[in-house]
Amino acid sequence: MAENDPEEEIILSELDDTELVEQMFDDLYDGMREEIEEGVRILLDRGWAPYRVLTEALVGGMKIVGEDFRDGILFVPEVLLAANAMKGGMAILKPLLAETGAPTIGKMVIGTVKGDIHDIGKNLVSMMMEGAGFEVVDLGINNAVESYLEAMEREKPDILGMSALLTTTMPYMKVVIDTMVAEGLRDDYIVLVGGAPLNEEFGRAIGADAYCRDAAVAVETAKALIARRHNSLAAG
Amino acid sequence: MTDALSKLLAERDWLLADGATGTTLFNMGLTAGDAPEFWNEAHPDRIRALYRGAVDAGSDIFLTNSFGANAARLKLHDAAPRARELSRLAAELGREVADAAGRPVVVAGSVGPTGEILAPIGPLSPALAVEMFEETATGLKEGGADVLWLETISAPEEFRAAAEAFANVGMPWCGTMSFDTAGRTMMGVTSAEFGRLVETLPNPPRAFGANCGTGASDLLRTVLGFAASGTERPIIAKGNAGIPRYEAGHIHYDGTPELMADYAVMARDAGARIIGGCCGTTPEHLRAMRAALETQPVGPRPTLDRIAGALGGFSSESDGLGEDGPARVRRGGRRRG
Repeated sequence: MAENDPEEEIILSELDDTELVEQMFDDLYDGMREEIEEGVRILLDRGWAPYRVLTEALVGGMKIVGEDFRDGILFVPEVLLAANAMKGGMAILKPLLAETGAPTIGKMVIGTVKGDIHDIGKNLVSMMMEGAGFEVVDLGINNAVESYLEAMEREKPDILGMSALLTTTMPYMKVVIDTMVAEGLRDDYIVLVGGAPLNEEFGRAIGADAYCRDAAVAVETAKALIARRHNSLAAG
Repeated sequence: MTDALSKLLAERDWLLADGATGTTLFNMGLTAGDAPEFWNEAHPDRIRALYRGAVDAGSDIFLTNSFGANAARLKLHDAAPRARELSRLAAELGREVADAAGRPVVVAGSVGPTGEILAPIGPLSPALAVEMFEETATGLKEGGADVLWLETISAPEEFRAAAEAFANVGMPWCGTMSFDTAGRTMMGVTSAEFGRLVETLPNPPRAFGANCGTGASDLLRTVLGFAASGTERPIIAKGNAGIPRYEAGHIHYDGTPELMADYAVMARDAGARIIGGCCGTTPEHLRAMRAALETQPVGPRPTLDRIAGALGGFSSESDGLGEDGPARVRRGGRRRG
């Protein structure tokens, strides 16, 4: 695999913008954190706005990673490495984005439901959502309804994400949604659910906005639902 | 010294393993969020009934109720220090039921995954994983398990850590991975890669194979992948009873006893020697599987078309082996490593 011929060594700063962004897509794909950090700095030095670096270089690259994960070309280890590289770039951009008051793509609170300790799928969703530019607040495993409600009150997210990996814990998602309905909070949030034993029918039956088959689908769904929400708010 | 499993394997062409543990326990009243392993202490009668269900249905091997009895998973229930004790109890109850069976029945001490990702990608150090597996394995050995049975693993690092722990306690063992993502494990391991991994271990398992995953069809495709490698090591097939479906307000597995009987015969014809079920597989399914294995003559290795025709289609086009799998054409340039 490795073609490390020194003559072919790529000097990022010598690439033009288009080539550099393409190279960053490859470097994200390969989980090369230092190269991503370098690429981000070069683009900033060339006068790119932080928001443009985020959306065009990083989010663009993670989109490819997400698609190949969905299609069975990449698997969990590669996605975790790519997400780690993405985080390196994000660490540079985050303070700049805050300074420039760039629009945020959205915010999500996510956690595995009560009784369930599985967090690999939930972690993947967190990382892919961050990779897509969302702000993610991860509540970890074993969350009771109170824990979700407190976090929503505190964080004011656009999206609530719930994960369950057991047929025995997935019904708890309905407990959370029913409580949100009872307290009049349900319509304030987009509710996404996921986990191996779930399917679309289940998502609909418990009153979620959508079931997401995997982390890549979660990102696509989140973007689509946020866009729809903004449109309806604008129209309303 | 010959262990009980090797002895049975030497005498018989195929062995019937057991079915679902979780499904059965939930039918007995286990509630969401409870650790099934606590029942080894709180409801030993129900655990005996679980084991007897398999034995009475004709299983030659059954797995103990210790799948989640490791420190990483028991931590959620504030019971991390109890891994060894709960494992021992699981095996003791199993020993009791097996010894009363009136025929040789193997008590296989179930060892499930930690649920964490190992270093370097994840936070769990291999040394700590070995330590956790060793606690569980020690308890199962003390309780009288004949063999240890590692199952539902997706990462090679975790499989190796468990093997090392089993070497430390000096127990024979079997090991299966779950191939549930486009024909591979969640971590991307193909059937062929798993077959090679097993042979690189200093203490290879008595038998290896696949459990759980997607449906019975996918599992058999994985078994065909093992067999194609020409391995001499006995192959294990423990597939789910179909696929879980949400219908009319509840979840059920769509695999009938008849379907699982077809699955069992095809698994044997595909090259598996230890055949059982996983999620959704009840004693009724096991009875049908046993009857079919005893009455139906050995046939040719099933083709993928025949498997799909009898058991339903596959969840992905490819099993990740060969050149026909999905791939991305890239820009080129440098690569990692």
